Order: sequence, then structure tokens, then C-alpha cells
Amino acid sequence: MSFFEVLTQYQDFSFDDYFATVTDADIARIVTLDKLRPADFLALLSPVAANHLELIAQRAHQLTVQYFGKTIQLFTPLYISNHCSNNCIYCGFNHTNEIKRRTLTLAEIEEEAAALSRTGMQHVLLLTGESLQATPIDYLVDTVRCLKKYFASVAIEIFPMEEEEYRLLYREGVDGLTLFQETYDQETYRKVHLAGRKKDFRFRLDGPERGARAGFRTVNIGALLGLAESRRDFFFTGLHAAYLEQQFLDTEVAVSLPRFNEAECDYNPPFSVNDKLFVQYLMAFRLFLPRAGITVSTRESSAMRDNLTRLGATRFSAGVCTTVGGYSKADSSDTPQFEITDERSVAEVATAIRQQGYQPVYKDWDDIR
Amino acid sequence: MRIKINGRDQDIDTGSLTELIDQMDLPPSSLVVEHNLRLVPQDQWATTRLEEGDVLELLNFVGGG
Amino acid sequence: MTDDTLQLGNKTFTSRLLTGTGKFADNALISGMLEASGSQIITVALRRIDQQSKTDNILDSIPQNVTLLPNTSGARTAEQAVRIARIARAASGTNFIKIEVITDARYLMPDNQETLAATEILAKEGFIVLPYILPDLPLAKRLESAGAAAVMPLGAPIGTNRGLETKPLIAMLIENCRVPVIVDAGLGLPSHAAAAMEMGADAVLVNTAIATAGDPVTMGKAFELAVRAGRKAYLSGGGQCSDQAVASSPLTGFLN
Repeated sequence: MSFFEVLTQYQDFSFDDYFATVTDADIARIVTLDKLRPADFLALLSPVAANHLELIAQRAHQLTVQYFGKTIQLFTPLYISNHCSNNCIYCGFNHTNEIKRRTLTLAEIEEEAAALSRTGMQHVLLLTGESLQATPIDYLVDTVRCLKKYFASVAIEIFPMEEEEYRLLYREGVDGLTLFQETYDQETYRKVHLAGRKKDFRFRLDGPERGARAGFRTVNIGALLGLAESRRDFFFTGLHAAYLEQQFLDTEVAVSLPRFNEAECDYNPPFSVNDKLFVQYLMAFRLFLPRAGITVSTRESSAMRDNLTRLGATRFSAGVCTTVGGYSKADSSDTPQFEITDERSVAEVATAIRQQGYQPVYKDWDDIR
Repeated sequence: MRIKINGRDQDIDTGSLTELIDQMDLPPSSLVVEHNLRLVPQDQWATTRLEEGDVLELLNFVGGG
Repeated sequence: MTDDTLQLGNKTFTSRLLTGTGKFADNALISGMLEASGSQIITVALRRIDQQSKTDNILDSIPQNVTLLPNTSGARTAEQAVRIARIARAASGTNFIKIEVITDARYLMPDNQETLAATEILAKEGFIVLPYILPDLPLAKRLESAGAAAVMPLGAPIGTNRGLETKPLIAMLIENCRVPVIVDAGLGLPSHAAAAMEMGADAVLVNTAIATAGDPVTMGKAFELAVRAGRKAYLSGGGQCSDQAVASSPLTGFLN
């Protein structure tokens, strides 16, 4: 069993035809349901639902408070390498991009970790490009061992791995996996991933399942909204999350809704997701899977993130730097993976969360393995 | 000889399964026979020999939910 | 949209009402009940013969086109259930087995632990295993992994006719199981069966309520109608009453 089978079921499904049947009454009915089916979720992603955002927002708010309380969990990404053998035409780390490449040494990682932990952060997300030469598994294992000295929780956002490799990292103390499919549209996927191991759509698609089987406590998925028609891509993101929740009862599933920001290469996304649409997607997901996490990165502005606190977000990155080695030594000439828009410090983000009447959570759990 | 039939020790005077079923006046069409934990299909009843200490279960399907 | 059918193992069924052969005043009523109810699967039990009173053969009351679902009633351990299942398969020619392991004589609660152990063994032997369980989601997922063809959570204790007392627990199974969820035991009225189907159960198994009705044939028909109504309601995406007031402080004002 794989999510691929679910995806295949929608091969000939006409989204436009379905959207044409959605009525105002459907939306009014769906927001009262205890449990949404995929068709209900899709209705909430329809153009018609955009006329009922306030109604949906009230329900999204109520469900989020019910299941998560008034809390936002904080984490910080830590970039340790921007070496990459992939050619993803939208990404700043794209191997054809002539940027300064570096991979941190263990001593540098230790320095970064120490600098980061001084901000109070206890959850760290480790990021690399995709390069087996620059960041082989032994190097990753050593990195995790180092980070575990400074942080309660270490998650990874790296290239997809085999289940055994995930298991190895799990044994070293990694407890979370973030892996974005980028797009669920296979045609688009082929067109934007020109080289490298990332060309393998199916291997990436099954990555979250392999991670869940390997034992990771949290699995965070997402589509890079704007690469392909976004209602579809987000619908499949939701179905993928539902599939993972159903298959792996012991895994906490979360989604992200990354959308385009300026990156180092000149890529114009063919589809744009404006604020209204973005909020509609986020809230629709909350109604569809009330217990799933929603991660919002600093790609979103501080004003947007402040508002999302009440609409369904459960995890924020904070105090973020997307360049390699950026925490201990600021060097403005380095190329980031993507441009961030919320540039506030950890303390500033935490204060903003408190001002909303929410509690910023620096440490959600400790691994006692 | 003494064998166990449906959990109870019983003395029988034949070593033939078919004969035993006949003696007990059981309807063969619905009868299920397990001999020493092995199911004996009806066409093997005639060739099945019983021996001292054997365990026989004689079963049939009944109403159940 | 394909036809709305129930898939169990390698077999496809158009009826979502499973019935049982227990407790009928006269076994002759069974074939009429099957015809009226449209049921395509019926349970039977295996027992040591009663040497004193000769009973008629229950299998004679069941038409050839109805799938036999032998149960393992009487088993108190996984080992006994496995033994009964093997005999039942050899004797009836069907791979279908309803695992029923009961160690509690007072309420007749299924023993989930023994049931899981029996399922693990029998699924490997090629049985189409339908375990009768207390609705317990982690257990249901383990049964699924072990190869069960469906899970059969109880609505209420066997024979009590009390309806869907375990509704919220069954809802979790329906939401999270990939194999069919068949509500078994406790459904006393057609409205109970309809409620189970409305909430998304894949099928129901009804025995006592039909067998002990004044007119089992008519009651069989009544359950058939209820199951179909409930299923159609589920497929139509039924509505719910709203008691939700819209809060006064707007949450999306920032988008305008």
C-alpha cells in the first residue's frame, strides 16, 4: 500500500466539474460536520468557499483551540550544507546556480548549535541540499549526535532516504521528518526537477511513509504552492496527510503550505497563491484534519503569521536564517535557499504570540529513549 | 477398546470408523469427523482405522451468530 | 463511480446485511429469511454432535448461492479458534471465518488479545478472516496489518438488542480502517442498523433481532430496507443540524 494508489484514483477526476457543483449551502453544511470526507475538503478549496471565509475561520479557530489549546510550538531550521546535485528550477540551491557552496564542519555545527540554543530554542530542524558526497550518512549521524547535546528535539529536512537509513537516524535521536513533495502533479514534477535523484517522483512520494515506519514521531509534508495548479496540489497534500494519519496511528502528521518567495534564481511560478487563497487552504485543512499540525515558516510575513495563530497554525519557525552557517557568523553575501519575510528574532516572535493570547512553546517534548 | 469421543472415554467394539458412525446412528451427510486432531473427509471414513487411545471429535454445523 | 459493493477477501457482495443462523424457532424459516433480507453471507457454528437428539442439518436450510461464514464460537483461546477454523474450512469448503473468542461468560465480551493471535495465524493460512472484537482502534489496526479481511466491532453485548452503544469507538474504526468495518452484535432494531450504516459502517451482522422476531422473514426484510437506507444516506453525504453561532469578532478581517 502506498499513497500513490490513492493519487491514481483521481487520475481522471475533473476538479473543475466538481467545483461547478459546489453551492453556498454545501459550505454552510460542511462547516457543521464533525468529520469531513475528501469531497467536503475539496469543496472548501473551491472558489465558492472563498465567499465564506469568515464562517470557515470561526470553525477553524474553534477546532484548533479544542485540539491544541492556545499554543504555538517554535522551532528553528539549521542549514548545514547547500551542496546539491539536483536541478530544481525554482530553488536557490539548484546545482547550476553559481553560488558559494559550503558544508559546515562538525566544529562549525557545534558553534551554530550553541548560538541557536542560547535563544532558548529546543526544537531544531536540520537541513541540507541533496548531495551524498557533501553530506553522507556518517556525517549526518555525527551532526545529529552533536545537536542532541543542545536540543530536546532534532528533526530532519533532507533528501528522501531508504527506510533503513531513516531508522539509523531515528536511533541516533532524530524524532521528526519534514519532506515536501513539491507537487503532486507528475507532469509538472518532471518539468521542474531536471536532474539528480530528486527526479524520482515515486521515491519521494513514499518517503514520509518510510519515515513513519522507521519510527519518527512527527512527519511533516507539503507541496510548494505555485508550481502546479494549487487547489489540486493542496487537495492531494490533505489526502496525503489523511492517508498517513490513517496508516500510522502513532505518527503526528503535519503539513506546511510553502508558497513562492523570491529565491536566487529567476523563476516565475506559473500559478500564484495570494493571501486569501492561502488562508482558505490552511483553514480548509484544519476542518478536514482537526488533529494534524500546521507549520508556518518565515516565508510568511510577521503580520500574516500573527493572524494565522488564531486560524489553525500550530508550529512556527522563528529567528530563522536560511543561509548555511548563518547563526554564528552573519555574512550577507551568502545565498539563502529562499528569502524570508518574517525577520524577527525568537524573542520578538514569542512576544507577538503572547500578545495574541497564546503561549509560545519552546519545548514540546523530551526524548527519553 | 477404549477411545475418547467428544471428550469422553467410551468403549467401542469396532476398529472401523464407518461402522462406528453407523452404530451410533448419526446422519452422515452433516457429520464432521476429526480423528486425532486431523479432519477426515467422508470418502476416507471407510479406510480410517481406530485404535486404543484415539481421540475422536464428531461435529456438525448448527445455528450460530 | 463503480457499483456500490462490499469486498471481502476475493469476493464481492451487493448486500451489506450479514445474518446468522442462531436462535431460530425453526430452521425452516432461514431460507425464507435469506430471501426476504437479500443477505448473501450467513454465519453458522460448529458443535460436537448431540448423540441423544438428532437435529436436522443446518446447511440444508442455506441456499448454495449464500456464502457460509463459520464462526469459532466456543473457543476460549486463539489455539482453539484456529483448530475450529481449520475444521470448519475443511468441512464446509469456504475460506471465510468469523473469529469469535470469548472468555467472559457473563457479558460474552470478545477477548481481543486471543482474537488477534488467532487472526495472525489464520490470515497466513489463507483464510478470509473476520474478527469479532470490542471496538479498539489500535487493535483494529493490528488486525488489519495481520491480514484481517474486515473488522467486526460490537454495537452492544451479544443478544442484548441495545443498539449502537459503542458508537464513538466504532466511528474511530470507520475513520481509520482500510478494511471494511462490519458492526456485529447488539443491533436490535432496523433503526440501529440504519444508524450504523449512516455513520459509514460498511455492513452490519444481525442475528438475534431477526431470529427472535415474531416474524423473522418480515424482520429480515425490514433490516434489509434499513441497511440500504442507511447506506444511501451515508453515500449522499447527509447533513447535520447546526447549533453554531458565528462569533462576533471577525478572524479574517485582515484579508480585506
